[in-house]
Amino acid sequence: MKTAISVSGLHKSFGRTHALDGLDLRVGEGEVHGFLGPNGAGKSTTLRILLGLLRADAGTIRLLDGDPWHDAAELHRRLAYVPGDVSLWPNLSGGEVIDLLGRLRGGLNPKRRDEFMERFDLDPSKKGRTYSKGNRQKVALVAALASDAELLLLDEPTAGLDPLMEAIFRECITEERDNGRTVLLSSHILAEVEALCERVSIIRHGRTVESGTLAELRHLTRTSITADLAHPPTGLETLSGLHDLTVRGTTVSCEVDGDRLDEVLRHLTRFGVVGLVSQPPTLEELFLRHYEDDLNGTANEAVA
Amino acid sequence: MGTLVGTGSLVRLALRRDRVRLPIWIVGLTVVPVITASALADLYPTVESRRQFGSILSSNPSLTALIGPVFDPSSIGGLTAWRVGGFIAVLVALMSLLTVVRHSRAEEEAGRLELLGATVVGRHAPLTAALVVAFGANLVLAALVALGLAGLGEPAGSVALGLSFAAVGWVFAALAAVTEQLTAHARTATGLAGLILGVTFLLRVAGDASGEDGPVWLSWLSPIGWAQRIRPFADERWWVLAFPAAFAVVLVAVAHLLVAHRDLDAGLIPTRSGPETAAPSLRSPLGLAWRLHRASLAWWTVAFAVVGVVLGGIADGMRALATDNPQLRQLIAAMGGEKGIIDSYFSSMMGVLGLVATIYGLQAALRPRAEEVGLRAEPLLATPTTRLRWLGGHVVFALVGVVVPLAAGGAAAGLVHGLRTGDAAEETPRVLAGALAQLPAVWVTVGIAVALFGLLPRMVGVTWAALVLFLLVSQFGPMLQLNQWLLDVSPFTHVPKLPGGEFAATPLAWLALVAVGLTAAGFAGFRRRDITTE
Repeated sequence: MKTAISVSGLHKSFGRTHALDGLDLRVGEGEVHGFLGPNGAGKSTTLRILLGLLRADAGTIRLLDGDPWHDAAELHRRLAYVPGDVSLWPNLSGGEVIDLLGRLRGGLNPKRRDEFMERFDLDPSKKGRTYSKGNRQKVALVAALASDAELLLLDEPTAGLDPLMEAIFRECITEERDNGRTVLLSSHILAEVEALCERVSIIRHGRTVESGTLAELRHLTRTSITADLAHPPTGLETLSGLHDLTVRGTTVSCEVDGDRLDEVLRHLTRFGVVGLVSQPPTLEELFLRHYEDDLNGTANEAVA
Repeated sequence: MGTLVGTGSLVRLALRRDRVRLPIWIVGLTVVPVITASALADLYPTVESRRQFGSILSSNPSLTALIGPVFDPSSIGGLTAWRVGGFIAVLVALMSLLTVVRHSRAEEEAGRLELLGATVVGRHAPLTAALVVAFGANLVLAALVALGLAGLGEPAGSVALGLSFAAVGWVFAALAAVTEQLTAHARTATGLAGLILGVTFLLRVAGDASGEDGPVWLSWLSPIGWAQRIRPFADERWWVLAFPAAFAVVLVAVAHLLVAHRDLDAGLIPTRSGPETAAPSLRSPLGLAWRLHRASLAWWTVAFAVVGVVLGGIADGMRALATDNPQLRQLIAAMGGEKGIIDSYFSSMMGVLGLVATIYGLQAALRPRAEEVGLRAEPLLATPTTRLRWLGGHVVFALVGVVVPLAAGGAAAGLVHGLRTGDAAEETPRVLAGALAQLPAVWVTVGIAVALFGLLPRMVGVTWAALVLFLLVSQFGPMLQLNQWLLDVSPFTHVPKLPGGEFAATPLAWLALVAVGLTAAGFAGFRRRDITTE
């Protein structure tokens, strides 16, 4: 698969704040890539560098085989961007903004424009300042989706949308994926990322901490298991890779490291498995595990 | 009183946000009268010298029109009050209306008032807090002016001058409180209040420029006229203070009444819906810039045309005023005869028009920064639009746009004067040339804004300080006989005095070159820098 975005060792500081500290990111062509991280992790900074709005201090960046800083205008013909915080001109209507952005991008298909406007239930005649946050976001989304850009850069695009609109957004992104568009979706709505993305990158403090397919990431983490056994089990304590073990009579529940799953199941079958519930780790658990340290850290600081 | 809960906290918040801005305004506005007084004391140390100076002044009708009448030239205080009164009053009015809008409507428009409004804050608290801050700032200014001029030994005059400034400030703070209820946009509210300020200045000019039998009462319709007619240092007439005070009270009451009758984020003039699709012209950065600047450009042009009509209409009165005065024959001869009087009137008025038109130019040139900080540049720069084209769209409206109001003002003044004297074909181009000669100096000031935007974007506000400096230098510099190098700092010093003066192309070419250099530096800097949002 060809690479749409490839970033390595990206650094960016604002004064004394290191927003990005060696970030890596690789997005293949035609994939929907989830870009995860808590507030302030550096997601928006990365996107702004990819758009050539900010200049990287260090690192190599290739976007659609170009340099986002030097070839900005050329590259922008092939991408569309939805900012996290959409601000509109108070005296321009939503329809005017959609048309303007489309024309600046080299023209837009009026049929697609109307189609997306209808799907998102957007009134294009309202003036910029009378839109709610969600509606401003819809304006930017319609403008991006109605374009025929091959790459979509979306910065928390659903933060202001209601659940109904969020479902429509998912529908649209799924369609765009089937059409072969590449999407970089920055988000912290994990269910959304889980539903849409093949691959995800998790960043923290401006650095990539995990990157891979959801299956790969799941493999790296724990599966929770609840087993009803015929006989009370013994010897579980001797197994490694087992966490949060509770044994109540013949019922065992625990969390198992991905690479120990086989061993643990073999051990349990010796006591006669009557019932078994196994839950793959959710992205949320994955995510939280990476940030637990932070949370604990902050909690400790707060106490101290 | 439940609707005022939280006012105290909001006042503290406003003072915290303005802890640099307001002190600069207040100190700057205090320093001008103090320096003027000490300079006048050096230049005209004796009563006799001052009387002589005063008789020249009061017989020069274009000074009376521009600055106002001299009530008592025999004292330093009287001369100071005359010289700085009208100008400081205008600047105080600006400070006051900007402060009120900044802390009420602008906050509301930015959505921050909503955040505060959900806490324990009464319905009237935000407006009242903004007014308290503005009124308080004016009171501090009045006190500092009175203290600063204490050395003149005329406490009543010093206090009266300080209060005359504060009175104008209160009127315009209260006025802005009303205009900002009418529209949902801070920009429009400021523009509306500024427009009224311009009208009141023009009323005073028209009133003061008319002779004994003319419409002198026009000056009494203007808060700036009231301020001067308190007559600081010239047998103060304290009762005149009742006019601005009563007017301000009424406006404050009206504003509070209006607040109670509108929703958050709404103006009394409802927002209409717009077209569903964009017009064909809205397809480029320039097309967008046209949409964003056209209303402002149209208003400025209409306003300048009206100013031109008034200035042209009173021009001939200058000659009548001057020739009525037999003492003045010599002076008139020195100025090139009767025509010289009118020419010098026009050239000084065109100089003021140039300075005022620069406000439009700076507003337009600083718009890109507002767009950038307001997150409206990002979506455009994420399209194939290059940075230079995006910035270029706005800068065109600053550099080329400013020609339109200036030309309208100059042409209207020349045409109206020409029609009255039956010489329109000759007068119109002469006065128009006087207006257009200001352009290179305007462009230099706009160039400073563009250069700062590209190189030091967080410092773009400094451009306003530069404009105020140029204004002070050009208005006070020659009379106070300041150092030539200080005068030379202002680009407006180098503009030939047209009509009447000798046309000199060299300084204009230099100014244009400096403007080109500054603008180019701004564009080059903007290409290289990060897009920032703070």
